Amino acid sequence: MININSNNILKGWDRNTIAEKIANDLPHGAYVNLGIGMPELVSQYIKDDREIIYHSENGLLGMGPSPNENEIDYDLINAGKKPVTILPGGSFCHHADSFSMIRGGHIDYCVLGAMEISVKGDLANWSTGKGIPAVGGAMDLVAGAKNVFVMTQHLTKEGKSKLVKECSLPLTGANVVSRVYSDYAVMQITDIGFKVLQLNTNITLDYLKSVTEGNVYQ
Amino acid sequence: MQINKVKEKMTDLLSDVFDGATIMVGGFGEAGSPIELLHGLIDHGAKNLTIIANNAGNGNVGLGALIGQKQVKKVICSFPRSPKGITFADQYNKGEIELEVVPQGTLAERIRAAGAGIPGFYTATAVGTPLAEGKEEKIFNGKKYILEEALHADFALIKAEVSDRYGNLVYNKTARNFNPIMSMAAKNTLVQAKEIVQPNFTNPEHVITPGIFVQKIIEVKEPIIETIAIEEGLTYP
Repeated sequence: MININSNNILKGWDRNTIAEKIANDLPHGAYVNLGIGMPELVSQYIKDDREIIYHSENGLLGMGPSPNENEIDYDLINAGKKPVTILPGGSFCHHADSFSMIRGGHIDYCVLGAMEISVKGDLANWSTGKGIPAVGGAMDLVAGAKNVFVMTQHLTKEGKSKLVKECSLPLTGANVVSRVYSDYAVMQITDIGFKVLQLNTNITLDYLKSVTEGNVYQ
Repeated sequence: MQINKVKEKMTDLLSDVFDGATIMVGGFGEAGSPIELLHGLIDHGAKNLTIIANNAGNGNVGLGALIGQKQVKKVICSFPRSPKGITFADQYNKGEIELEVVPQGTLAERIRAAGAGIPGFYTATAVGTPLAEGKEEKIFNGKKYILEEALHADFALIKAEVSDRYGNLVYNKTARNFNPIMSMAAKNTLVQAKEIVQPNFTNPEHVITPGIFVQKIIEVKEPIIETIAIEEGLTYP
């Protein structure tokens, strides 16, 4: 297990910069599901040269931004149960249809957070193994979406690497992650390891290797 | 004589509910959650219920209140954590209530399958995870899937926006969620609708749940909004 002294943790990209990198990699016309929390930032960085359709798994395709205070409708919420809006061209559907969009392979990209990602593309992000177990739609999303993007800090606050040989936490899915966007690098999961597509200029490849379990290559 | 599934009294709507029943409860969070029917179920007093829903209640209204009254022995759901999901958490931590966690899409599809007469299906969701343990595996085209079985219920508690006397239902925005598939999966589908209209007022092109799936309906003109109820400290009973 890699565990860096927290005083020696290098500063990487901030979350907005990571969100912008993901936004730039989503192509025009893509149907995208953004996970609750940090991945929601991605929608703020979509350039004007493309239109992205957002799916919320509770039954909304064509989700828009948060409403003004006086326009809140408690029947119009997202998967995080927060009030949202619907854009022109949007639609509602029931849960089985909404998850058919996911499970049937119609969602082009999902972006979600992680507790651990293995070099084989296994993802753990739903359970620490303690407390009340609650999974929501995460297992459906990673099994069904065409591309699974993970947006995460490379190291935990304690300096433990989230990129591991084998996940120690309960899996959300096995061999499901396509790409990892961390604060240190953008990495594609391949048959032989983490392939570095882009490296933070503050970070050397040697440092990246020292904070990543499994094969890292450029 | 005309078909009329509309009941005036909550006691008539819930008269067939029995101890030990399996009950589906529509809604995703508060949207589409039949709070007045759940309060009716508290007044009815049925016990040892198995609840199938996406969540396990929030605050002390609706499903949270039903659990608070210790009428529920088991919850089958995808996400039993809510910011104020105190009643479930309290009983779960004491070992007083059973929990079966099901991935949300698998939950929806198991419910849909029951309504469509499909006893089980294979899915890639949860393969390789703790939630696949003990489930039959099968390989299709080189990829591994697990067998999931249909989820049936004795009753479904449904919230709709509009109904007619046949039970043709229209929902409001994302309050649709689990309601149409639960209507199909239960033996007895009991509906609260904000408005009951004449049959020619429901456009046949816009009906989401056709009346064949509905047994009884009651009008609840101004249903409780969970967020506001919790903010105001409402509890039931």
